[in-house]
Amino acid sequence: MSALDQIAIRVETEDRFARNALPVLHEVRHALRRLVEAGESTTIDLYSMPFGPGDEEDLLAGLGTGEVAAQLAALGESRITETIYPGVWIVDHYNTHGQRIAFQIEVTPVPSVLVAHADDMADGLQRLEAALAEPAEPESWPASNELRSQHG
Amino acid sequence: MVDSITLGESLRRQGVSRRGFMKFCAATASMMALPPSMVPAIAASLEKARRPSVIWLSFQECTGCTESLTRSHAPTVEGLIFDFISLDYHHTLQAAAGDQAEAAREAAMHENAGKYIVVVDGSIPGPNSNPGYSTIAGISNYDTLMETVKGAAAVVAVGTCAAFGGLPKADPNPTGAVAIQSVVKDKPVVNVPGCPPIPTVITGVLAHFLTFGKLPELDHLGRPVAFYGQSIHDRCYRRPFYDKGLFAETFDDEGARKGWCLYRLGCKGPMTYNACATAKWNLGTSWPVESGHGCLGCSEPNFWDAGGFYQALSIPTSNVTRTAAAAVAAGAAIGIAAGIANKVKKSGAKAKHQTVTVDQLGEG
Repeated sequence: MSALDQIAIRVETEDRFARNALPVLHEVRHALRRLVEAGESTTIDLYSMPFGPGDEEDLLAGLGTGEVAAQLAALGESRITETIYPGVWIVDHYNTHGQRIAFQIEVTPVPSVLVAHADDMADGLQRLEAALAEPAEPESWPASNELRSQHG
Repeated sequence: MVDSITLGESLRRQGVSRRGFMKFCAATASMMALPPSMVPAIAASLEKARRPSVIWLSFQECTGCTESLTRSHAPTVEGLIFDFISLDYHHTLQAAAGDQAEAAREAAMHENAGKYIVVVDGSIPGPNSNPGYSTIAGISNYDTLMETVKGAAAVVAVGTCAAFGGLPKADPNPTGAVAIQSVVKDKPVVNVPGCPPIPTVITGVLAHFLTFGKLPELDHLGRPVAFYGQSIHDRCYRRPFYDKGLFAETFDDEGARKGWCLYRLGCKGPMTYNACATAKWNLGTSWPVESGHGCLGCSEPNFWDAGGFYQALSIPTSNVTRTAAAAVAAGAAIGIAAGIANKVKKSGAKAKHQTVTVDQLGEG
């Protein structure tokens, strides 16, 4: 985070959904209807939205925080949070310096970045089989990160 | 120099997992202003992409464009893309100097003939001007440029000086400065104007070439449509105030404090095409209009001579009264309506200025 984040900005708004959050909430509504009725997933790129001060906060307040929160540690942290509307997820990607690199709403049963990749699963199976084939005491088994760097 | 490993291999060698790679692709799609549905195609292409050689030529410029690019703090996505290109010649960033530097440029041209990308920042004194205004290693900018682009796959003119002549070309143009596209006629030239351009736009264009092996779609001024396809005005979060006829009249009146439209204070947003309103500056912190100052129009030709930064554009771009009524009825901003989802409705809204209600946004 930079020092700029510490500067308090007073935002004057007349009411919460008077500005740019409301159209996005409607876009989410249409996307959720497509998911419910046709099983079609949608990703909305919030980076390309012309948000002004307070709009992102309004949108996140409008979507709320639901039952599921996941954290991904790959190229920096990613926070994947379900909103109070099941199937509507906030996917917030950061780099290793904590700077946001992508910010999306995914309207889908499970966000694609959480699903294990087929190649990774096959690779994992090979590593597990190799680890079990070696006669070693459990406490001498390498930790997950070491295992990856040794075999992968 | 160019080597044979692919971007996929390169990232895996750096310990990036496939989830990390997909995250990288999602961020790259966002950076290239492509829809998220393109991510699988981007992933498939980037996996196989090979490292391109880039020769960066700086002529009559202030180094602001390079400053903009290098302010993309590693390891951002821009940083990873920038790491992945083989930057074989760049005055400001290379360690070599003198003969060694020129030898590096010649070696890159020779080894990657027909495949390398030439990035140019700065204008050049035209072929009929006194070449002594700007030389490198005793060679005129014009000769250096023409020799270097001869074997290039494409030329990227970064910054308004390279794209349109910029400040050096401003009246009375003492050096006879010209834009790159006015002298390079037999190679594809992409203009990435801005004073400076947004860093993600510079890397977005390079990423597009890296991903798809070709240049992005360009507008009538040679600018990538993905970034320069809509005006600042159409993407401005203050657009609802314009539509309602609410304007700041001075920089410290009630309108200025409440964030009303800066049109009457000289904002050039209606005639300026750029991505500032969405990509923003300083890691997404803000952009000129959000900071309370009108757009200068820096990505447009001859913006220095456009009649004064604080002089309002003389003709409104639309019927304010009519659109004000429609905007109030819709209860939302056409600015954001133009920004999302449905392309048919979007172009219709642009043509007729107001046909979309807030309820219709994002409808399939």
